[in-house]
Amino acid sequence: MRIICPVKRVPDTAAEKKVNDDLTVDRDSVEAILNANDEWSIEEAMRLKESRDDVEIVALCMGPESAQQTVRKALSYGLDAAIQVTDSAIEGSDATATARVLAAALADEEWDLIIMGNQSSDARSMLVPAMLAEYLDVPALTYAKRLAVGDDGSVEADRETAGGHETVTTQLPAVVSVVEAINEPRYPSFKGIMAAKKKPLDTRDLAAIGLSPEEAGHAGSSTTVLEATPKPPKEAGDKVEDDGTGQVGAKALVDFLVEKKFI
Amino acid sequence: MTDILVLVEHEDGTPKKVSNQILTAAKQIGDGSVAAAIFGAGAAAAADKVGEFGATTAYVWEGAEADEYATEPKVAALVAAIEASGADAVLYAADPFVTDVVARCAVRTGSGVVADAVDLELDGDRIVASKAIFGGDMNSMCQVTGDGAQFIGVKPNSFQAESAGGGAAEVVELSVDLPESATRAKITDVVEAAASGRPEMTEAAIIVSGGRGLGEEEGFELIGELADALGGAVGASRAATDAGWIAHSHQIGQTGKTVSPQLYLANGISGAIQHRAGMQTAQTIAVINKDAEAPIFSIADIGIVGDLYKVIPPLVEEINKRKG
Ligand SMILES: Cc1cc2nc3c(=O)[nH]c(=O)nc-3n(C[C@H](O)[C@H](O)[C@H](O)COP(=O)(O)OP(=O)(O)OC[C@H]3O[C@@H](n4cnc5c(N)ncnc54)[C@H](O)[C@@H]3O)c2cc1C
Ligand SMILES: Cc1cc2nc3c(=O)[nH]c(=O)nc-3n(C[C@H](O)[C@H](O)[C@H](O)COP(=O)(O)OP(=O)(O)OC[C@H]3O[C@@H](n4cnc5c(N)ncnc54)[C@H](O)[C@@H]3O)c2cc1C
Repeated sequence: MRIICPVKRVPDTAAEKKVNDDLTVDRDSVEAILNANDEWSIEEAMRLKESRDDVEIVALCMGPESAQQTVRKALSYGLDAAIQVTDSAIEGSDATATARVLAAALADEEWDLIIMGNQSSDARSMLVPAMLAEYLDVPALTYAKRLAVGDDGSVEADRETAGGHETVTTQLPAVVSVVEAINEPRYPSFKGIMAAKKKPLDTRDLAAIGLSPEEAGHAGSSTTVLEATPKPPKEAGDKVEDDGTGQVGAKALVDFLVEKKFI
Repeated sequence: MTDILVLVEHEDGTPKKVSNQILTAAKQIGDGSVAAAIFGAGAAAAADKVGEFGATTAYVWEGAEADEYATEPKVAALVAAIEASGADAVLYAADPFVTDVVARCAVRTGSGVVADAVDLELDGDRIVASKAIFGGDMNSMCQVTGDGAQFIGVKPNSFQAESAGGGAAEVVELSVDLPESATRAKITDVVEAAASGRPEMTEAAIIVSGGRGLGEEEGFELIGELADALGGAVGASRAATDAGWIAHSHQIGQTGKTVSPQLYLANGISGAIQHRAGMQTAQTIAVINKDAEAPIFSIADIGIVGDLYKVIPPLVEEINKRKG
């Protein structure tokens, strides 16, 4: 079984973000990391690999050359190989263009299962998994908090709903997106980090995956960002010190809620 | 003229509050017609109720496949509704499962999606959507380009539902051609959490949340009492979901849900950046924390420095008294 793990390079949540003049996110000025949700998909793929003997896992990343660091990080968890799509024309890709590029990169690949994060911490649109599945014409089991793959090629996932779940079953090939509740990701071992440096990384430009520059980036996107501005920091309101009995705090809060018409 | 189709969600034939809000938004910003698309068991009953919020036509499909299979039957139905209505734009509630339907539909129709809009404006035949990015650190304005219908996701509570005083919508039953591929992913079981009687977290106007400061699982009983007094939902920090005090689906933040309620009341939560990334777009933020230096105070409209176990009981009592 060949599993694909899409991985995204994202700016660290804690870093201050900037937007370039062309309204793309300035991804070079801030520290970039592997999207946290992709650690859960990698972990899930690794558990499948460890539970059977026929599994190969390939990381797939669309991003600038510098995203190679992120790809190596993904490999350090024990993945076998990676594909990175890099081309100056992919800058500014929206979710549709991102999914189109990821799908095109898989057109000549053999694969059975794609496991990915349900969202990335920067754009957080939650669109890419379903869009990728649509481009590849396979079913998508999204927001999985449990995943089971049978020897007969069946896939079963519990999709997280408010407080509960729905169980959905399909057959490979399929796309699965996972939420944090699915597992506890491991840390890469020193051996894993060293091995990641030597694992095969196949870097391809758009031509190599059969796309024209018009099919990616700003040109290939179906959405446009007209404006992006930092939000002025919020000013803190009143701070009320409680007297230790709860009475002062409770009264101040009730008065506030009444004033704001919440009660 | 921009004709808008609203993808209406319903529970057994009653449209969700958020769908009424989005119909109202469509009516307010649109200069053309407002229609509703409603799928699944109970769709026809729900169609009776969308006229009040401004829909003049309801495109209905009650195919059992809508509820028996994941995502794809609804994608086919939405494509059919767009064709039948000739809509220029599709508005939907930015909720995970609905986002899946719209994402596939946009690819199928060669269009794009702007997710998570909090405000809308019409510019010619294009909808310009305002949205927060980077967890509320920045604001942006986006639009869908290209020829197909524009798909725009609207965050719950961004608009107030207002009766438009319309009559009953004309009901059009869709005929939906389901390709075999639409029934690949079968729903075999649905497990609902025990009914709490509380609103769904992502839709709630008020969210009362608890963090590590609760100290133990039982703390969520107190949080629940406060939520019930205010008619709100219960949320949590990652520290609380990691501890197993409450299900992960309640987690708010970078790797959990993004919420933007009218009131967010955080109890025993320090306000780490990853938590703020999920809630700082709330219109009003109130905080109870015993550490006056906790970072969450810097984004609070009112902060109570105190022990939540002392403050919340008289708070609940006082709220109930005022309501009574
Ligand atoms: C201000 C602003 C607003 C924007 N608004 C929109 C908008 O409304 N609609 C829109 O379509 N785009 C928008 N974009 C563009 C958006 O940033 C990109 O489309 C982004 O690449 C999509 O990623 P996501 O975070 O939405 O993906 P998600 O769907 O949240 O990511 C889910 C998973 O997909 C995988 N994945 C995502 N991207 C990659 C990748 N490059 N390589 C490998 N795997 C990946 C990862 O596994 C990830 O966990 C906006 C950009 C800016 C700057
Ligand atoms: C990749 C990544 C993703 C993450 N995603 C998320 C996410 O989605 N959501 C999230 O929340 N976190 C997330 N985190 C974790 C985040 O960094 C914090 O660890 C977490 O938010 C802390 O939770 P807390 O505020 O409940 O706990 P703490 O930071 O421990 O704060 C507890 C607070 O309770 C107060 N307190 C204690 N006792 C009382 C009392 N009796 N009365 C009143 N106040 C009291 C304390 O003063 C303290 O401020 C993520 C972290 C990482 C690295």
